[in-house]
Amino acid sequence: MASLIIKNGTVYDPANNVNGEKMDIYIKDGKIVEKAARGAKKIDCNGKIIMPGGVEIHSHIAGGKVNSGRLLRPEDHKKLVMPKTKLTRSGSGFSTPSTFMTGYLYSKLGYTTAMTPAMPPLMARHTHEELNDIPMLDKGSYPLTDGNWFIMRYLKDGDIEKAAAYAAWLLRSTKGFALKITNPGGTEAWGWGKNCKSLDDPVPYFDITPREIIKGLAEVNEMLGLPHSIHLHANNLGRLGNYETTIDTIKVPSGTKNKDRQTLHLTHVQFHSYGGDSWKNFESEAETVAKAVNKTDNAIIDTGNVTLDNTTTMTADGPMEYYLQSLTHFKWMNRDVELETAPGITPFIYSPKMSTAAIQWAIGLELGLLIKDPWKVLMTTDHPNGGPFTRYPRIISWLMSRPARDEMLEKVNAAAGKRSSLASIDREYDFNDIATVTRAGQARSLGLSETKGHLGIGAHGDVAVYDIDPDNMDPSKDFKGIEKAFSAAAYTIKGGEVLVRDGEIVKVTYGNTYWTNPHVDKSLEKEVLSDIEYNFKRYYSVNLANYPVQDKYVKNPIELKIDAQKVGA
Amino acid sequence: MQESLSKRCTVASDVVCPFCGTLCDDIEVDVKDNKITDVRHACRIGTAKFFSVLEEGRPTKPLIRKNGVMVETTVDTAVKKAAEILKKSIRPLLYGWSSTSCEAHAHGIAIAEEVGGVIDGTTSVCHGPSVLAIQDVGCPSCTLAEVKNRADLVIYWGCNPMHAHPRHLSRYTIYPRGYFRERGHQDRELIVIDVRKTDTAKIANKFIKVDYGRDYELLGAIRAAVNGNEINAEVVGGVTKEEIQKLAEKLKNCQFGVIFFGMGLTMTSAKHRNIDNAICLTKDLNRHTKFSIMPMRGHYNVTGFGEVLTWQTGYPYAVDFSTGYPRYNPGETSANDVLQRGEADAALIVASDPVAHFPRKSVEYLAKMPLIYIGPHHTPTSLLADVFIPSTFVGIETGGTAYRMDTVPLYAKKVVDGPKGVLSDEEILERIYKEIVRGK
Repeated sequence: MASLIIKNGTVYDPANNVNGEKMDIYIKDGKIVEKAARGAKKIDCNGKIIMPGGVEIHSHIAGGKVNSGRLLRPEDHKKLVMPKTKLTRSGSGFSTPSTFMTGYLYSKLGYTTAMTPAMPPLMARHTHEELNDIPMLDKGSYPLTDGNWFIMRYLKDGDIEKAAAYAAWLLRSTKGFALKITNPGGTEAWGWGKNCKSLDDPVPYFDITPREIIKGLAEVNEMLGLPHSIHLHANNLGRLGNYETTIDTIKVPSGTKNKDRQTLHLTHVQFHSYGGDSWKNFESEAETVAKAVNKTDNAIIDTGNVTLDNTTTMTADGPMEYYLQSLTHFKWMNRDVELETAPGITPFIYSPKMSTAAIQWAIGLELGLLIKDPWKVLMTTDHPNGGPFTRYPRIISWLMSRPARDEMLEKVNAAAGKRSSLASIDREYDFNDIATVTRAGQARSLGLSETKGHLGIGAHGDVAVYDIDPDNMDPSKDFKGIEKAFSAAAYTIKGGEVLVRDGEIVKVTYGNTYWTNPHVDKSLEKEVLSDIEYNFKRYYSVNLANYPVQDKYVKNPIELKIDAQKVGA
Repeated sequence: MQESLSKRCTVASDVVCPFCGTLCDDIEVDVKDNKITDVRHACRIGTAKFFSVLEEGRPTKPLIRKNGVMVETTVDTAVKKAAEILKKSIRPLLYGWSSTSCEAHAHGIAIAEEVGGVIDGTTSVCHGPSVLAIQDVGCPSCTLAEVKNRADLVIYWGCNPMHAHPRHLSRYTIYPRGYFRERGHQDRELIVIDVRKTDTAKIANKFIKVDYGRDYELLGAIRAAVNGNEINAEVVGGVTKEEIQKLAEKLKNCQFGVIFFGMGLTMTSAKHRNIDNAICLTKDLNRHTKFSIMPMRGHYNVTGFGEVLTWQTGYPYAVDFSTGYPRYNPGETSANDVLQRGEADAALIVASDPVAHFPRKSVEYLAKMPLIYIGPHHTPTSLLADVFIPSTFVGIETGGTAYRMDTVPLYAKKVVDGPKGVLSDEEILERIYKEIVRGK
C-alpha cells in the first residue's frame, strides 16, 4: 500500500472542523496517519485546495435499469466517447456512460466512492456484474423494498420482527448496502397500471398504505442497526403540488431515532418540491420544503439538481416514468420485477427555454441555499435523472456564486425568476460548505463517516486536490474558474495511490464493494426462511437456491457484519 | 449435490438449462462417475443438450490447418496462432457469443477493443430488428413471474414456443397457478397470431391467421381499433374488420396482457417496423389497462451478450472498435455487412455456427479468410476453421452467468468435469487476450 505526503495545500475537512487551513496530510498503507512514513512520496499542493475524496450517495451507475437506459439511447452515446488508451478501456455515453468510463469520469472529478441506489433484488447479480466493471471507486447498492410482497405482508400483519428478519436476509442475498424505498406501494399498484396517489392510498390487494410501509421500514432499519437510514424516494415524484406529500413524508418516521445520524434520507427532493395545479401555474415550493427540513432533526435530503441537459430519466418508479412519457411522447421502457418493484426509463430534455425545466433548475438550487445546515442537504443530480454527474462542477459554481446564478437567470426562461425565490437569495457556499455537501455529509448519512468523507487519522487515504488558490480566487466572481477546477482534479488519490493527475487518469484500480450483513435471532430467521421457501416455489420465476448472489459476483467485497441478534430474541 | 441411494449417483439440483432463453433453473441431473445418467424436468431439447456432452467423436484436441489439412496441436500453440491471426488482421470480425457465458463475453470484448475489431452477436440475425425498434420507441416489459402471477391474456405472435421454448407456457405464462390466477390456465386466455396453425396455435383459445408478410398492417389495424379510429377496409392481413374490433376490445378489457413475439415478426418483410408497431400497440394499450411485450430470445445467453456489450460499450451488438472507441451502426457494422462488403480479413467465431446460418455470400467470404473457431462441437464453421479450439459446455461442464429472455441473470453451474485438457471459452479467450497484449 502506498505512502504519501500531501504538502502545503489548503485543507477543507468539515468533519474535523478544518476550514481552509494550510496543513500536510500523511498517508501510510492506504490510510491517513499522524506522521509521515519513511520514504513516502511527496506531492506539493501549494496554491491548491484539498478535500476528502468525493462521496456519492445516489447515482444510477449500474444495474438492469441503467443498462436499459444505455440500450435505449444510442443517440446519447456519441455525445461523449473515450477511446482506449494504454491505461484505460474505451467507452461511450453522456447521460448513461458505460461502466469503465463511469469510473474514470467520477475519478476525474475527485470522487472515490459512489453508491448506486436502486437494485431490484432479483436483478442483483446484474448490478454487481456492472459494479465489478466500474474502476476507480468504492461502491455499494441499495436493494429495493418498496413493493416487496413479503415486507408488505409482514408489516400489514404487524409482524415487524419478521419484516426485519426478511430485510436482513434480503441484504445478505443481494449483497446490498442499505434499504431503498421507491414510491412505496406505488410500484406494486403499477403491476395493474395503477399508482398510490397519497400516503394513505392503499396498495391494491395488499391493504397497506405507503405511510405504513415507510414507518415500518424505518423501524426495521433501526432494529437491524444498519449503517445508513432508509433511503426514500417519496410518493408522487414529479407531480404538481407534490410538496404536501413531501412534507407529510418527512414526519412519518419521526418516532424512530438514531443518535448518530438521520433516520430518513429523503432523496432527490427537487422532484418533490412542486406547487401549482396545472403546468401553466407550476411553481417552486422549495421554501416550504426547506423550512420543513430545517425544522426536523431526523431527516436529511439530497437535492437532485436539474442541470438543463438532454438526459435519460430512470427510476424504480414505473408509474412516474409512464406519466412522464405520456407528457413527452418520447420512447419508454418499463421493467416490472416480480414481487418486488417496477423500474421505468424515458429520455427527457430539460430545455432552458421551457418554463418548467427552468423552474426545476431553480428549485434544486433553492433547496441547497435555503436549508441552513449543509449537513442536511447533499448535492446530487440523481444521476442521470436531473442531469449527468459530470455537471457537478457547474452546480458547485452556481452554489458558490450569486453572479453565476444571475447570469443563468438572464438566460433561462423568465419563469425561473418569477415562480421561485432563487433570484432573491444572496447566500453563497464557501469551500467548507462544498466539502460538506459533496463528501462529509454524504459519508455521515451513509454511516461510513469513520473511514470516508474526512481526512482525520484512520480515514481512508482518499483525497481530492483541486487547482484553486483560495487566497487569490473569489469563487463568486470567478465562477467559470471554479467550474473548470472542479471538472479536472489536480490529483485524485485513493488509498494513497494517485489515480488522476491534472485531470488525466494515471492509474487504474478497482475499489471495494460494501455490503451489510445483519444477523438476527436464529429461530426467527428459520421461521422466516420457511415462509420465503413456501412463497418462492409458488410465485417467483426462479428457484430459491438460484436467487442469492453468489460470493463470486462481488469483486473486493467489504462485508459489514451487524449483530442484530436481539431482533426476535 | 446429494447422494441418491436408489440410483447410487449424485444428484445436482436447481441446475440452469443452457439451451434456450427460457433458462429453466429447476433441472435435476443425475451424475455417476462424472457421467450424466439422467436429466429431469428439462424439455426434450434441454435434455438432449445435457446428453450431448457425451456425444461420440466430440473434439477434445485443438486443431490447426497446415498445408490445407487440420492437424492436432496443443492449446498453447493454438492460442498463439489465434493471437497472431488477430494481431495481424486489420479488420477482424468477432462473432457469435449467444451460447457462452457473460464471463467469456467480457474477454471477447476486451480482445475486440485491443485489436480494433468488429464484435457482433447472433442478435444481428435474430432479434436485431427488435433492438432497433426498442431504440426507436422503447419497450414496456416485465419479468416472467409478473406474467405467471397476473396475466389473464397471453398472446404469442410469430413464434411457436411449443417447439422452440417448450417449457415457456408451463413455467411462466399459461399453465402455472399464479398469485392472482389461482386456477392457472382456466384464469387465462391464450391467443396465437401466426401465418400457419402451429402446435402452439392448436392449444390456443383463439388462433388468428394473418396473411404472410401482413403483420404490420394487422398491427396497425388493431392499433386503430384500440385507439377508437375507423378501419377503412373490410379485411386487413386476412383478418376481418369485425374480428379485429373484437380483438381490440378483448385487449383493452383484460387486467394484465402480454405479447410474446418471435422471428415471425422480426425477420419478415417489415422487420423492425413490425416490432415498432407491436411495441406502440402495447404502449397504446397501457392507456386502458396493463400490457407488456417481450421478445422470445432464442439461445440461452443471447440476452447476456447484449447486456455485457451494452454496459461495457453502450451498444448491444454490431460494435466497431476500429476508431478506438465503440461505434455502432447496424447495417454498416453488423457481421453480414462487414463480410459482404469484403472488409473483414480474419474472424474469431465463438459459440455459434455462422457457416450453417449466414447467407451464402457471407459464408463464401468467411471461407477465404483466416478463421478461428471456439466451441464444443464440430460444426460447418469448425470445418472451415484454420484454428479450432474445442471448449467445454457452459452450464454443464463450466459455470457461468447467463441472462434469461426477461434479463434476469442466473448462475449456470457446472455439473460434470469436461474432457481432460479441454478449457472453457472463458479461459481460452482470456489466454488469447493475454497473448495479444503480451509485450505491449
